[in-house]
Amino acid sequence: MSNIPETGRTPRVQIRLVVIQVLVFSLLLTLGGRLWYLQIRNGDEYTDEAKNNGVQRVVQPAVRGSILDARGVALADNETRLVVSASRTELMKMKDDGKAVLARLADVLGMKPKEVQAKVRLCDSETPKPCWNGSPYQPIPVTDDATTQQALQIRERVEDFPGITAEPTAVRRYTAPGKSNTAQVLGYLSPVTDEEIEKAKDSDSPFLRSDQVGRSGLERTYDKALRGKAGVTRYEVDNLGRVIGEAERDEAVPGANVVTSIDARVQAVAEYELDAAMKNARKEIDKNVTGRNYKADAGAVVVMENKTGRIISMASLPTYDPNAWVGGISAKDYARLTGKNSNNPLLNRAIQGQAAPGSIFKVISSTAAVNAGYDFDGNYPCPSSLSFGGREFKNFESRGYGSISLGRALEVSCDTVYYGLAHREWLKDGGITPKKNPNDWFYKTAHQFGLGKETGIDLPNEVTGRVPDRQWKQSYWEQLKDSWCRQGKKGGSYIQQVAYENCIEGNRMRAGDSVNYSIGQGDTLVTPIQMASIYSAIANGGTLYNPTVGKAVISADGKRIEEIKPKAHGRLPMDQTTSRKMNAALAGVATRGSAAWRFGGWPHDKIPMHAKTGTAEVYGKQTTSWFASYTRDYTIVMTISQGGTGSGASGPHVRKIYEAMYGLDEKGGQDLKRALLPAPQQALPKIGSDGTIDSPKIKPYQPRKPLDELQQPAGWTRPGGDRESTRPPGDQQLAGPPAGRD
Amino acid sequence: MAGTNGFSVSGYGPRRGGIWSQLWARDSVTRRLDWPLLCSAVALSGIGALLVWSATRGRTELNQGDPYYFLFRHLLNTGIGIALMIGTIWLGHRTLRGAVPVLYGISVLLILLVLTPLGATINGAHAWIVIGGGFSLQPSEFVKITIILGMAMLLASRVDAGDLAHPDHRTVAKSLGIAVLPMVIVMLMPDLGSVMVMVVIMLGVLLASGAPNRWVLGLIGSGVVGAVLVTALGLLDEYQINRFAAFANPELDPAGVGYNTNQARIAIGSGGLLGTGLFKGSQTTGQFVPEQQTDFVFTVAGEELGFVGAALILVLLGVVLWRACRIARETTELYGTIVAAGIIAWFAFQSFENIGMTLGIMPVAGLPLPFVSYGGSSMFAVWVAIGLLQSIRVQRPMSA
Repeated sequence: MSNIPETGRTPRVQIRLVVIQVLVFSLLLTLGGRLWYLQIRNGDEYTDEAKNNGVQRVVQPAVRGSILDARGVALADNETRLVVSASRTELMKMKDDGKAVLARLADVLGMKPKEVQAKVRLCDSETPKPCWNGSPYQPIPVTDDATTQQALQIRERVEDFPGITAEPTAVRRYTAPGKSNTAQVLGYLSPVTDEEIEKAKDSDSPFLRSDQVGRSGLERTYDKALRGKAGVTRYEVDNLGRVIGEAERDEAVPGANVVTSIDARVQAVAEYELDAAMKNARKEIDKNVTGRNYKADAGAVVVMENKTGRIISMASLPTYDPNAWVGGISAKDYARLTGKNSNNPLLNRAIQGQAAPGSIFKVISSTAAVNAGYDFDGNYPCPSSLSFGGREFKNFESRGYGSISLGRALEVSCDTVYYGLAHREWLKDGGITPKKNPNDWFYKTAHQFGLGKETGIDLPNEVTGRVPDRQWKQSYWEQLKDSWCRQGKKGGSYIQQVAYENCIEGNRMRAGDSVNYSIGQGDTLVTPIQMASIYSAIANGGTLYNPTVGKAVISADGKRIEEIKPKAHGRLPMDQTTSRKMNAALAGVATRGSAAWRFGGWPHDKIPMHAKTGTAEVYGKQTTSWFASYTRDYTIVMTISQGGTGSGASGPHVRKIYEAMYGLDEKGGQDLKRALLPAPQQALPKIGSDGTIDSPKIKPYQPRKPLDELQQPAGWTRPGGDRESTRPPGDQQLAGPPAGRD
Repeated sequence: MAGTNGFSVSGYGPRRGGIWSQLWARDSVTRRLDWPLLCSAVALSGIGALLVWSATRGRTELNQGDPYYFLFRHLLNTGIGIALMIGTIWLGHRTLRGAVPVLYGISVLLILLVLTPLGATINGAHAWIVIGGGFSLQPSEFVKITIILGMAMLLASRVDAGDLAHPDHRTVAKSLGIAVLPMVIVMLMPDLGSVMVMVVIMLGVLLASGAPNRWVLGLIGSGVVGAVLVTALGLLDEYQINRFAAFANPELDPAGVGYNTNQARIAIGSGGLLGTGLFKGSQTTGQFVPEQQTDFVFTVAGEELGFVGAALILVLLGVVLWRACRIARETTELYGTIVAAGIIAWFAFQSFENIGMTLGIMPVAGLPLPFVSYGGSSMFAVWVAIGLLQSIRVQRPMSA
């Protein structure tokens, strides 16, 4: 036909063929572009994803390092338990998902098959406990106290127990050497939480699901060193989790050992004596406040090296058995440790308990007075009471000593000397309408002594205590004035009257505040560790050391030793003369002052004893007993809440700790063979390359039978009063408003 | 023992009348074959063999413990495919034209057979006939060819006879009927991927036939309406809808439907420029991509051969399509043009859909990548198609 072109095709077909060709190649170009985008432009992103896709990590946990005492005695170590574990991946390969194997295992272990199966199932939102919330590639522990018999059965019949292992595994153990407990200092472990894993994911020590983490005490402070590094083997797995190759292996690095300055023997003595002190205090009747027996509900004692700030022992009561945490704490135990009626045994009262210091504060007031320009040896009136603004402030013994020096005032713990000085300074600073830049000697000095802030001890959650200075008063008043003003009523009940006054002028430093403060009462709060660091600084010539428990970190093979050097955080604001006179005065306390009756027979010539007693009042409670003391090498501070007087409740037991350390009998005879620690331990314990630790065996503390307990040595008389400061009960509040009226 | 010259010199030796000289004679079939087309198809099949091998080496549940099982089978399929191509060339597309009604009838019968208890369901599609001995047949692959041939025969007969410049409405309507009948059966399987390919084949055939524009536009329009209706009326199975949903958002359900696309994209993306090297891809070795030897074979190339290797596959496919376009344009008879265009539409769309789904720009549909994917029926069908293209080229009327 004429309309058919010679090629056999019309232009229409020709054009359409070109259209087809263009379409086809644009499709190919689209693919090429997308390919480039995925592989070249975004390739890295997918490479990372692919890497994570096919890799499973199997973790070989590192053995946690031990916590040792100064001579190498383990305070916390690991015991080997026979742990029977099941490998889920192996079980899942079986036709019945390993049911038969688990049933056989249950039979051997004397458990119910259901129990065993529950233990190896994976946790999800619908699965009730018990269940496994770790990696499904990790062997899942079925029991951690299999007997050797059971383990042998499992191992000998491998063919009956595919995927089941019975391996000795390290489990934390708090050894309590020589019956020492050291619970709050050691701390405890508990499993790592999801948040912690997430938070530490990109740090240099990421957590593993199976990790235990130190929650308090040394376990927490030195957690990183103790934990070591778990070995991780990365297996390449396919989409069903079958292993197709080993990608990488990081060997486990066992945790390092932490050597502490704790001496387990002294620790045992300190714990025993603190407990004994509290028990004895409970036998005493509180004649001043309640008329009932002292409650002695809590106490703490710190033994510290003067020249280094190292802690030789630290005890806090009530206490608990740290082994309760091992292998997961039971709900019952947890309630017992943290419940309402538990009295918080987890609290380390040596660093977390705070109370008014009472008269042991007077070393600070004395230094403040000297720095304010008063002569240490000057004559200061010590009447039985002083009156400021119409209110009477009594001397505790209700007796005057005439005019005495500051040294003598320390010895006999004369309150009125300090009242007078504090009041004079308060007036100088402008009284109730303070001048622009008040000197505030007494407050400034307290800060210089390190009060109101942490000592920096290597234990977590230390509290700061409080110096009730002008700034604190202002901020405290701002916080509370609304409620004070609501409650307050002029001429109402005692509480209403106090609130009324506080509402009006609670932000001002009143005469009564300053006067109370000068003898460590009022709103002042200190911790035992602060007082220990202050008294050891007085002993060592003025250096305020950061108390340390950790002495060295030694790698598991003993090769790498990192010593923890003593660090100071300040110097006492005290010149050498004052220091010498202060030392003499504190020695006087023990030889002729308020603590002398407790140190009868003490060999003061050989081992000069220095001490200061304190009895602090607490609003609505019985008095806090304080006893601060030091020799050339050691400082011991003991405090007992609702325990009576410093010299009465704490004194004799502090002395017993010294006696054990120096090997003394109560007549003052020294037997160095019996002495636990006549001089501070210098050398570090030796750790062999195989991890063995060279440590002495220790025996529990046997308190010496008193030769003649009731017999007072001649010439040593007990001072008349039982209390060292007297003001109306209820006049002091631990954390409440001051009650000065002027 | 053999002659001193043997096969050492091809064609130029003393034995002038030998096989080589005959094969390379000026107007011999061998000489006139489209060699770039053939070489590209062979190269694609060869690369396919390597990729299938890599994907199945470790899949003991599939390869019966023999890592070479799929390699061998793929090479065997390729060999059979090449033999089918040679047979097709030998018969010639014109000779085959006479047999088209019979072939069409057989292919329709086969897909009907699938719907009987003889059919088997694989991956949600009831599209297989199990022959036994590890062999199974997917008749919808052959239907693609018979649709092309049948439509071409009808549409071209009066034009090539010189009666008409373009097919008239009646012829177009009839030819569409030829395509729609098997399409409906395939849709019942349901094998949605093949239906989509058939629609595109119809479009290509209509375009090349010079059918009136309204038919072309009508087909596109009804394709769109059909897709909407099928979705709206819930004619699709749940798994088919999920595939589309996962295509739109693979993070929707990474453990379920989105898993395929996600893993495929990770595999391809992690290949980078040069890839991990054959057998070294962690995604492939770890068998994270399902159906990796068949529908997702391109991910092996993406991961182990990288951008270079994956792009090479695109280039080879490009060469095949380019040569096919040339053949479509150069032949003077409309029958050949239509057949070539149908094959182009088929190869182009099926490749785009297959690779596009692994790249996450197309929804997941169970379609093999021509030459590369493992699968006998598909391999045989595409090689027959190559045979048809070669035949169209070899037998084109030499313009004076």
